[in-house]
Amino acid sequence: MLDLINVSYDTQIPNNVGLSEDKTVLKALEKWHPGYINWWNDLIPDKFQQSLVYLRTAVSVDPKGWAKFDYVKMPEYRWGILLAPQVEGRTIPCGEHMGKPAWQEVPGEYRNMMKRLIVIQGDTEPASVEQQRFLGKTAPSLYDMRNLFQVNVEEGRHLWAMVYLLQKYFGKDGREEANDLLLRSSGSEEAPRMLGAFNEETPDWLSFFMFTYFTDRDGKMQLESLAQSGFDPLSRTCRFMLTEEAHHMFVGETGVGRTIERTCQVMNENGITDPYDVDKIRALGVIDLPTIQKKMNLHYTLSLDLFGQEVSTNAANAFNSGIKGRFLEHRIDDDHQLKGDTYKVWDMVDGKLVQHEVPALTAINMRLRDDYSRDAAGGVGRWNKLIAKMGVQFEMKLPHESFNRKIGVFAGHNFDPEGNLVSGAEYDAGMADWLPNHADGDFIQSLMVSVTEPGQYAGWISPPKVGIDNKPGDFEYVKLHMA
Amino acid sequence: MTTPFKQHLIDPEICIRCYTCEMTCQVGAIEHDANNVVINADICNFCMDCIPVCPTGSIDEWRVVAEPYSLEQQYEWEEMPVQEEIAAPQGGSATDVEVYDKAMADLLADAHSGVGGKSVAPARAAKPTVNMYNLDRPAEASVQGNYRLTAKESDSDVRHIILSFGALPFPVLEGQSIGIIPPGTDENGKPHLPRLYSVSSPRDGERENFHNISLTVKREEHGVCSNFICDLAKGDTVKVTGPFGATFLMPDDPDARLLMICTGTGSAPMRSFTMRRQRTVGNKSGGMTMFFGARDADSLPYFGPLKKVPESLLHTHMVFSRIPGAPKEYVQDRMMVEEEAVAELLADPNTHIYICGLRGMEEGVEKAFNNIAESIGTQWVALRDTMREEGRYHVETY
Repeated sequence: MLDLINVSYDTQIPNNVGLSEDKTVLKALEKWHPGYINWWNDLIPDKFQQSLVYLRTAVSVDPKGWAKFDYVKMPEYRWGILLAPQVEGRTIPCGEHMGKPAWQEVPGEYRNMMKRLIVIQGDTEPASVEQQRFLGKTAPSLYDMRNLFQVNVEEGRHLWAMVYLLQKYFGKDGREEANDLLLRSSGSEEAPRMLGAFNEETPDWLSFFMFTYFTDRDGKMQLESLAQSGFDPLSRTCRFMLTEEAHHMFVGETGVGRTIERTCQVMNENGITDPYDVDKIRALGVIDLPTIQKKMNLHYTLSLDLFGQEVSTNAANAFNSGIKGRFLEHRIDDDHQLKGDTYKVWDMVDGKLVQHEVPALTAINMRLRDDYSRDAAGGVGRWNKLIAKMGVQFEMKLPHESFNRKIGVFAGHNFDPEGNLVSGAEYDAGMADWLPNHADGDFIQSLMVSVTEPGQYAGWISPPKVGIDNKPGDFEYVKLHMA
Repeated sequence: MTTPFKQHLIDPEICIRCYTCEMTCQVGAIEHDANNVVINADICNFCMDCIPVCPTGSIDEWRVVAEPYSLEQQYEWEEMPVQEEIAAPQGGSATDVEVYDKAMADLLADAHSGVGGKSVAPARAAKPTVNMYNLDRPAEASVQGNYRLTAKESDSDVRHIILSFGALPFPVLEGQSIGIIPPGTDENGKPHLPRLYSVSSPRDGERENFHNISLTVKREEHGVCSNFICDLAKGDTVKVTGPFGATFLMPDDPDARLLMICTGTGSAPMRSFTMRRQRTVGNKSGGMTMFFGARDADSLPYFGPLKKVPESLLHTHMVFSRIPGAPKEYVQDRMMVEEEAVAELLADPNTHIYICGLRGMEEGVEKAFNNIAESIGTQWVALRDTMREEGRYHVETY
């Protein structure tokens, strides 16, 4: 019998989907594999390719085999195809087909919609690795460098996951889309990545932490709703990806938290009580809290744009056809079909911001965005607890969802971070306090120094409270290749 | 009086509320509100499925409690409560999770007494799980095998016992011990207390990824537990407590060098160390040296398999004290012959020393270390104390 828990290594591609017995897909994947390896090798600086990184790899998809840690060279990382175990008798959880057996094959009528969702999800995975490609050179510690590479190899694996679905279920079209995923490139003029936030640079480590906290959290919400899909292979893929995604959330939340903690600590050590005494604080080699707030304003709002239009028929169709559910669909107590339900969305009427009820089916994006904002607010609250605990008078705050938006009803209007409509002049005047500018970026960049001594950390960030895999503080998370 | 037990908890200061544990828990013991993620002590069955999936390590928190913290209490927490003083079931007090099973703790403390101070785990050892199962709530294991390790002709009967816990979680690290409860009662009509045995298999199992555990047990004349164990047949079941021991552990560092000195069944932890290293670094490099003493080859446990371990992984010195026509040789004698190699190991801050076997071996080994340290101009006691404090010197004798 096919073993669907343990990862099989009987082909070049580790998997729990019986790849060795699926010759067509195996052949397609083997053809795609060298292109992927080339993409990876061209991307990550050679010095790091040769280094031994303490990474986790799954040897099975059950909790016991899920996180095996060991030193590995990244090009030898066992990327593979891992699906959560199939649930016996699973049914379509929402939409017009609710209650019918989950699809094991793609229904013809939804083929294009499904393919597009998978391609968009797949496109974000390699994009973030591209955005973060130079960060290894300025890692504030070996611990952080390990975390970066863990995130990178897992984003790479997520690309594999999507490519498998494309090649297994979408024939020639799918193979072409899989190839295109390696052709597009973040920030490229000719062939950029599909979503805006994934063409922005990740120039420094604070940006990386903000990105993993805010932008990867969008990814998490999208995966959560795809995990509810009536297309069972997609659901199983996304369920397994979510366990990995939790690590990315962790890197973001603790990274920003440790940056804040260090700033407060240095302020206290030097008797600085005014968090807005920016020059004095920066002179001590730490990032002032108002700048961290500005970074947060930027990354949060860029990520909100990823949820698309507030009212969307595409999203309604995806939900109604059972391709994409809502966040934690199985825990929502309603008819799961949204017959006659309404949901509150923002709108601009006569130049004023109003909220009104629309059919809930069309507001799927808005609802997911609201779930996202609630989820994102949790960590901000914990950062504030940290600041309060250190005795500093400052509170981080998520900006209003209308601020700095390029997509949806707020786009094209000037809002301040409190959500007030302001004039162009007021907006320009406020910008310096609301969003990071070049000078802020240059300052943060000036702090980015590589620290490679085990147990040592750059001056702008605190050490973590707990090591990865319960390792002690001076553990050598990356054995750097010295050439 | 309620028996104190270990409660599984989540550190709210470290947790990022990703709820991965909650999704993973098969029995629905984990839940959350807007504030915290909490574990229901009435439901949690210690299956440990939530431990590896947690990205933060916040879920690997334990407190010994007389009364479990309720969900309401846990929801209120902003940080973990400190470990309360708990009266151990056998009387006396324990402030530390590791020692609350006092009888077992006393046994281990006695076994470690030869170390000359408070034992410290290697800085890079993995975090051990201890006291998962106790007298009131033992684990049940079934016997998968019972093999005689010593030659038929030898009057020493040492057995290799393999235990399977089935689906029951029983996580052990190399160097840890487990308690076996012999059936029946003692002369006062009370049930027997468990006897401690070092595991001789690595953490992922006697057979890789099977999570079964092997023991190395010598039949002692009139020994209640050793005779019980040595007579076990395949399929028999035994009651097990533990795991115990939080210091006699190996560093999780493939470059650390290990100097292992043992006699008889003291080879059990050394076998687990060697297998662990072999599985993690392959046969590439070992950096392990062992002095292993027995009366003769026939009574040396694992004599056959040991000869097949490559020298590059483990440099083995087998030392025999009862070879007809040959002078008696003990481990300390061979250490003196290998003085230079031992001295080089002593001088290396990456060396970890493990001594395990009969209490009688301690004196001779100490003396050899004294002489060898002196030859390189170092005072042994001072070096030993430093090594112990750094978690690099470990003794377990009985």
